[in-house]
Amino acid sequence: MTHPYLPHTQGEIASMLQAIGAPSIDALFADIPSSIRERGGIALASGLSEFEVERRLRELSEANSVDRLSFLGCGCYDHIIPAIVGHIVGRSEFATAYTPYQAEISQGLLQAIFEFQTMICELTGLDVSNASLYDGATAAAEACAMGLAVQRGADTILYAATLHPHTQRVLATSFADRGIRLLAIPEEEGAASLHQLQPLLDKRVGAVVVQSPNLYGYLEDYGGFAEAVHEAGALFVVSANPMSLGVVRSPAEWGADLAVGDTQVFGFPPTLGGANAGYIAAAEALLRKMPGRIVGQTVDGEGRRAFVLTLQAREQHIRRERATSNICTNQALIALGNAVYLAAVGDGGFRAVCDLNLEKSHYLFSRLTGEMGLAPYAGRPFFNEFTLRLPRPAREVLSRMEQAGIYGGVAQERLRPGSDPRLLTIAVTEKRTREELDRYVAALEEALR
Amino acid sequence: MSHADDLPLIFERSRAGRIGYRFPPSDVGPAGAAGLPAGMYRERAIGLPAVSEIDVVRHYTNLSRRSYGVDLGFYPLGSCTMKYNPKIDEDVAHLPGFAAVHPLQPEEGLQGILALLHDLTARLCAITAMDWGTLQPFAGAHGEFTGMKLFRAYFARRGESGRTKILVPDSAHGTNPASAHLAGFEVVELRSSRDGVVSLAEIAPHLDERLAGIMLTNPNTLGLFEPEILEISRRVHAAGGLLYYDGANLNAVMGRARPGDMGFDVVHLNLHKTFGTPHGGGGPGAGPVLVKEELRPFLPTPDIVARDGRFALDSDRPYSIGRVAGFFGNVGILIRAYAYLLALGGDGLAAASDRAVLNANYLKERLKGLFDLPYDSLCKHELVLSARLLKEKYGVTALDVAKRLLDYGIYPPTIYFPLVVPEALMIEPTESESQEGLDAFVDIMREIVRDARENPALLREAPTRTPVRRVDEVLAARRPIVRWRPNLPET
Amino acid sequence: MSSPSDLRYTKEHEWIRVEGRRAAVGITDHAQESLGDIVYVEIPTVGAEVARGEEASTVESVKASSPIFAPVSGKIVEVNAALDKNPELLNQKPYETFVFVMEMSEPSELDDLLSSAQYEALVGKEAQA
Repeated sequence: MTHPYLPHTQGEIASMLQAIGAPSIDALFADIPSSIRERGGIALASGLSEFEVERRLRELSEANSVDRLSFLGCGCYDHIIPAIVGHIVGRSEFATAYTPYQAEISQGLLQAIFEFQTMICELTGLDVSNASLYDGATAAAEACAMGLAVQRGADTILYAATLHPHTQRVLATSFADRGIRLLAIPEEEGAASLHQLQPLLDKRVGAVVVQSPNLYGYLEDYGGFAEAVHEAGALFVVSANPMSLGVVRSPAEWGADLAVGDTQVFGFPPTLGGANAGYIAAAEALLRKMPGRIVGQTVDGEGRRAFVLTLQAREQHIRRERATSNICTNQALIALGNAVYLAAVGDGGFRAVCDLNLEKSHYLFSRLTGEMGLAPYAGRPFFNEFTLRLPRPAREVLSRMEQAGIYGGVAQERLRPGSDPRLLTIAVTEKRTREELDRYVAALEEALR
Repeated sequence: MSHADDLPLIFERSRAGRIGYRFPPSDVGPAGAAGLPAGMYRERAIGLPAVSEIDVVRHYTNLSRRSYGVDLGFYPLGSCTMKYNPKIDEDVAHLPGFAAVHPLQPEEGLQGILALLHDLTARLCAITAMDWGTLQPFAGAHGEFTGMKLFRAYFARRGESGRTKILVPDSAHGTNPASAHLAGFEVVELRSSRDGVVSLAEIAPHLDERLAGIMLTNPNTLGLFEPEILEISRRVHAAGGLLYYDGANLNAVMGRARPGDMGFDVVHLNLHKTFGTPHGGGGPGAGPVLVKEELRPFLPTPDIVARDGRFALDSDRPYSIGRVAGFFGNVGILIRAYAYLLALGGDGLAAASDRAVLNANYLKERLKGLFDLPYDSLCKHELVLSARLLKEKYGVTALDVAKRLLDYGIYPPTIYFPLVVPEALMIEPTESESQEGLDAFVDIMREIVRDARENPALLREAPTRTPVRRVDEVLAARRPIVRWRPNLPET
Repeated sequence: MSSPSDLRYTKEHEWIRVEGRRAAVGITDHAQESLGDIVYVEIPTVGAEVARGEEASTVESVKASSPIFAPVSGKIVEVNAALDKNPELLNQKPYETFVFVMEMSEPSELDDLLSSAQYEALVGKEAQA
């Protein structure tokens, strides 16, 4: 058959078979048992032309709703994306490259990741970072695994009940059936508290993981946490939406040993949560325990500054069953896009976008809790997301708002079945205009009538 | 020591007062009044660079010119399947109807993407003769870990948690034993036979009540089809164990052999290998896991189900292992792979494997005179050569050969893997190369071997035509510098 | 470099120098050569109790990672802090550079270790395999 992705001509095939000394391509598969070969055919229709592929995918894309005004958050956010991000990430020298194991031919990619690592360190305030992990939830699991490895004899992980429920589930799956205890730090009025943490700390604990902004959008106060956790000999892990770090107290300022989170917010659209990377940053002493690929600076044979994948003796291709993480392919191209975003916005732009998030979310919050008199779930500070306790189940209210063309937020019940059905978590990013926020107020008012 | 061809770091381009992006002004007034409590503010400086938009564009465009993708040339990395990444896949992944969907949107508004993901799963099952699966795993290693968790759940449910041994060939990729161990299994390494395959004799002592199963890739990392696979499958199943298929080498057998028919119970696929999604310099990839019916109850949730002509998310799976991803996995990659499947179709995928195997056997024939060929039998989509003789005769290693290839603008094959072959060069041409392209590669390899004989310094000092010479990996590991700092001493 | 006759050896290429109740432990010349340039040594904690055969430390090169097993049971009483800044000492002077010193809890375990002749025979056999 002929196909644009398959360059061989019939003449080439014949010539190659002759060189091999095989009568046909079939002969090259003669070593496969016939009982397997007989059934090996793929029962799928023939390929479509590019035009037809595009049409089919377009039809599918148009069967999704993307025209409603979105106030959805809870781990995936609708932010402004500078035009240059897509252009750089789309350059095929980057996009179609393999992992940069051959350093001499990959200096561009290696340098870009070195810069990404630096940016993650700057935002979190910690000393070292890596080339990315899969997502924030699996990054939290890797951070906990580091805690268990570092604290000899540890078999327990403490996690805040205010961690995103999906992260909690990923932790549960990761550590299931390994003799590891996962204990929840109970929530106190919408946040983790030192008071609830302390009774749970002992020498069995390897890591304590908390999240701020948390699942409700609230910022948590970690005063005293690091000291308490360190006294028990464990690692203190803070999961943070990195977009908040331009204005909110950083994990390092809270005394965290590790910081993790999702980077989709830097330059990528929601994509069903699937255009994302996980970041991890750590204190210097934990560098050689960090999972994943790490780009390091060195020199070449002529003294030039050069970059290379380093500390590979931590990784699975060398340690095999002794490896503490199995990660190989990570999310490098996403990390590249994140770095482009951060380079473009810079200090000033980052502060500006953080301020916009604060202002817009607080504007909506004050109209909803002020004029409309709706009750916040807890009286706590927030960045760009907050939770209200509505007078009626959130699902009904959301359904009506949807008809008015608005995705009004995430019902907490959706994330945690069995929880208070009146809780609604609303995200407001810099993308929402005042007019859109006012429309929200009107629509919610109508939906509650 | 700075050089004329050094590229500055983005931080080194920073100049106070430049901006690279301008956000719209606030239309709601300052947050001052409704701001945060004092102790909640960030106090330390941020430390991002101040550069103009053109600086950002020039910086990254220049970096891209010091990067090498399969769009530029031959990329014969063994077990990586660096095939052509179709551009229509990029376009459709960026359609607004896919880009803007939120994972927590009501299901009624996700019908298109759910239909795509459901159909993708079904098509992957048709290719592999499996019954259902999950698209959550972000990469092959993640799929392996998920698969190993499925094994644990399956045995726990049967009251057989004493099954703790997983057999892994010594030729396996490092992620195999790593994943099995992380899931809580004890890894037993099987020594490959002199023919480079798994021997029934090696397996025999482990076919007891402590056996959980065996992890295999077929064809294996030497490019050889496991001749005893049906017997291995029969014996492992008879002993109560399961078979796991590492799908990294699926490009060798599409349309000719399906892992489900070989006896595998759990399979992972690498969409960034076999299904043409771009490798991205190290991801994102995707490692969907497919299972036989008996393991379906344990699959991660939510599952995507077709119900009354609509698609829905179903988490009512009491025996599910839970979640392995925060949301649905690398959806952008899943969309690309789906487009690839539609464009090739069943016969196209079979033709791809046919030609991948043709290419590898052709290269084996043409290169075997130049290098040592440890396994001179029919190979599949990849072959392993050894530079052992070059080392013995001229003192040049596989590493030197690889670095010299860089001087010709070709990405070298995988070196020093699999571990069972000394001075290994693992070559996977994929179906994307024509005979012409392969002949050009053979000519270059011939020149390199001639240089090894007549002028080995050329190889030992290679590369000389790349932006940097051989990098000092020892220094990088002894004195790690993993971030830029202002006033960093020039190394 | 031949293995000093006053030391005892393990099959995992560690050497041990006994001084009364104490034993200094390092890696052999064969070990450092197969590892290549050593880039990092994970130093065990002083005070840690280790059983014979338990992993007490790890040595890393660019391309490999190798555990150092405790040749006998006991408590780590001293570690070689110089290895933090200069791991290459293990390559340069393998028999003069100890990794850690133990206070033995079961000195009879020394009887199970190899003499230098036995160790060299083992290395010779491995080379032929």
